[in-house]
Amino acid sequence: MRNSLSGSVSVFTSQSVFIGRSMRHSLRNVDALIMAIVLPIMLMLMFTYIFGGAIDPTGDYVNYVVPGIILLTAGYGSASTAVDVNQDMTGGIIDRFRTMPIASHGVVIGHIVSSLARNLLATGIVILVAMLVGFRPSAGLMDWIFALAIIALFILALTWLFAGIGLVASSPAAASGYGFILLFLPYLSSAFVPTETMPSWLHGVANHQPITPIIETIRGLLTGTPIGNDAWIAVGWCLLILAVAFAWSVRSFRRLAGRR
Amino acid sequence: MSKLAIEIQGLRKTFGRQVVLDGIDLNVETGTVFALLGPNGAGKTTLINLLTTLVVPDAGIVKVAGHDVVKEKKEVKRSISLTGQFAAVDEVLTAEENLRMISRLSGLSASESRSRAAELLRRFDLADSAKKKVKTFSGGMRRRLDLANSLVADRPILFLDEPTTGLDTVSRRTLWDMILELKQQGITIFLTTQYLEEADQLADRIAVISEGRVVADGTPEELKARVGGEVLEVRGTGDVVLESIPIDGSVRDVSRIINELSARYPSDTRIAIRKPSMDDVFVSLTAKPKEEIA
Repeated sequence: MRNSLSGSVSVFTSQSVFIGRSMRHSLRNVDALIMAIVLPIMLMLMFTYIFGGAIDPTGDYVNYVVPGIILLTAGYGSASTAVDVNQDMTGGIIDRFRTMPIASHGVVIGHIVSSLARNLLATGIVILVAMLVGFRPSAGLMDWIFALAIIALFILALTWLFAGIGLVASSPAAASGYGFILLFLPYLSSAFVPTETMPSWLHGVANHQPITPIIETIRGLLTGTPIGNDAWIAVGWCLLILAVAFAWSVRSFRRLAGRR
Repeated sequence: MSKLAIEIQGLRKTFGRQVVLDGIDLNVETGTVFALLGPNGAGKTTLINLLTTLVVPDAGIVKVAGHDVVKEKKEVKRSISLTGQFAAVDEVLTAEENLRMISRLSGLSASESRSRAAELLRRFDLADSAKKKVKTFSGGMRRRLDLANSLVADRPILFLDEPTTGLDTVSRRTLWDMILELKQQGITIFLTTQYLEEADQLADRIAVISEGRVVADGTPEELKARVGGEVLEVRGTGDVVLESIPIDGSVRDVSRIINELSARYPSDTRIAIRKPSMDDVFVSLTAKPKEEIA
C-alpha cells in the first residue's frame, strides 16, 4: 500500500479521474441535462411552427433554422460549465486538489471534456428531432463529418470560454449570469433570419460576429447553401476564441492562489 | 524527517495594503499536536494556506517536513494533507465515490482504492451512508468524510483549519477523539481554532495569534497561567461590570473579597464568578491598554 501511495500519479491517471468525476456530475444533474436538450427543441418547434410560416411562407423555414438551433444547443449546454467550474473554485474541494501532488488544473479540463461529450449528445438528439419535424439535409458523409467537426470545435471554444468565466466569477450565481449574456449572440446573427433583413446599422455587428460565419458554414454543409469564405472565417473565429479562452483560464487558475 | 515538522522564520504576508501576517516565527515538533488559536481575521487560515503551498509568502522561510514551501512544493505536497475550513468534499458524489476518487488521485489502483475507501468508511463510522450522496450529509458527517479524505494517502503531517467550527457538542467530541487517535499514530497535527477549550484538549503546544503576530506560544498550562484564573465580577444596574477581581477559587479568598466589597457596595449588589473567556485571553495576551472602569 505504502509503495503505491508514495509513487507519483501520472497526468493520465489524474486526468481520467477528473473526467470521470465531471461525467458523473453531468449525468446526475438531470435538470440541467434535460434543459440543455429540451430548451433548444422547444425553440426549434416554436420557430418552425409558430414564426416559421410568417418568416418563410414556403414552409422551408425548418431547413433554414436548424443550423442555428444546433449552435444554440451548444451555447446553452456549455454555459453550465461556468457554474460547474465556479462551484469547484469557490467551494473547498479545489484546496484539497491543489495540496495534492497532482496536476490540479485537470479538474477544469475534466469539466471541459464532459461538456464536450454532453453537448455532442444533445446536438445529436436535436438533429434527430429536427428530422422528425421536416429537416431534410442534403449533406453527404464528408459534409456531415466537416459539419460535426466545426460544431465540436465551436462547443470546445465556447466551453473553454465559459470555464474561464467560471474561474473568475465570484459565485456560481454570478458565473451563471455572465454566461447568460453570451447566449444573446445567436439572435444577433443569421441563426433565425438572414442578416440582410435586419436594419442596416445592425449589419456590421451581425455579419462580423463569430456566430454568423459558423452558422453559414454549417448551413452550407448540411443544406447546400453557398459557403464561400465563411468556413475559414468560422474556423478562424473558433481557434481565436479557443486561444484567448485558454490563455485567460490558465492565467486565472494560477492567480487563484494569490487571491486569498 | 527532521525533528521539526514545521519551521517558520520571519514570515510576512500582505494582501494589497493589508498586512495579514507580520513576522511569524514558529516551530512544530514531529509527532505533536500544535494549535493555532486566534479570533476571526487573525491570519490563521492564511498561515495554513502558506504552509500547504496554496499561498506564496512575501518574506521569510517556511519549511514543512524539511522542504521549502516555495522551492520544493511537490515534496511538501507529498508530506501533507489539508482539511480546510469548508468541507472539501464533492457533494454530488457519494461518500464512497469521494474516497475512491481521492485514493485514485493518491496513486492507488482501482481495486486498492475500493478497499481503502471501505476501510476508511468503517473507521469514520460512515459505512451505513457509503452509498448516499454527500449533499444529504449532516455537518458532522461531512467533516468526518473530509478528515477521511485527508487520511487516504498516509501523510505524516495533517493540517486542520477550524475542524469543529459549526459542529454540535457530540460531533465535536467525536472529532476530538479522532484527532487524538491520529496523534497516537505519530501524525503531526497543525490545527487552528477559535476555542480555548479545544486547543487545551488537543494540543501539546499552543500559539496565540492576533492581528498577524504571535502574542503567546507555549504549553496549554503555561498559557493558562499567563491568562490567570477565575474572576469575581461586581455588577451594577443594567448588568454593567463595575469591578473585576482575580480570585484563586478558595473559600478564604472569596470570603475576604466579599467582606471587603460589602463595606463599599449596597447589600443588593450582584456578584458573579466567571472563568476566563477568550476575551480575557486576548485582553491579557495582546496587552492592549485596558479600559478603566472604576
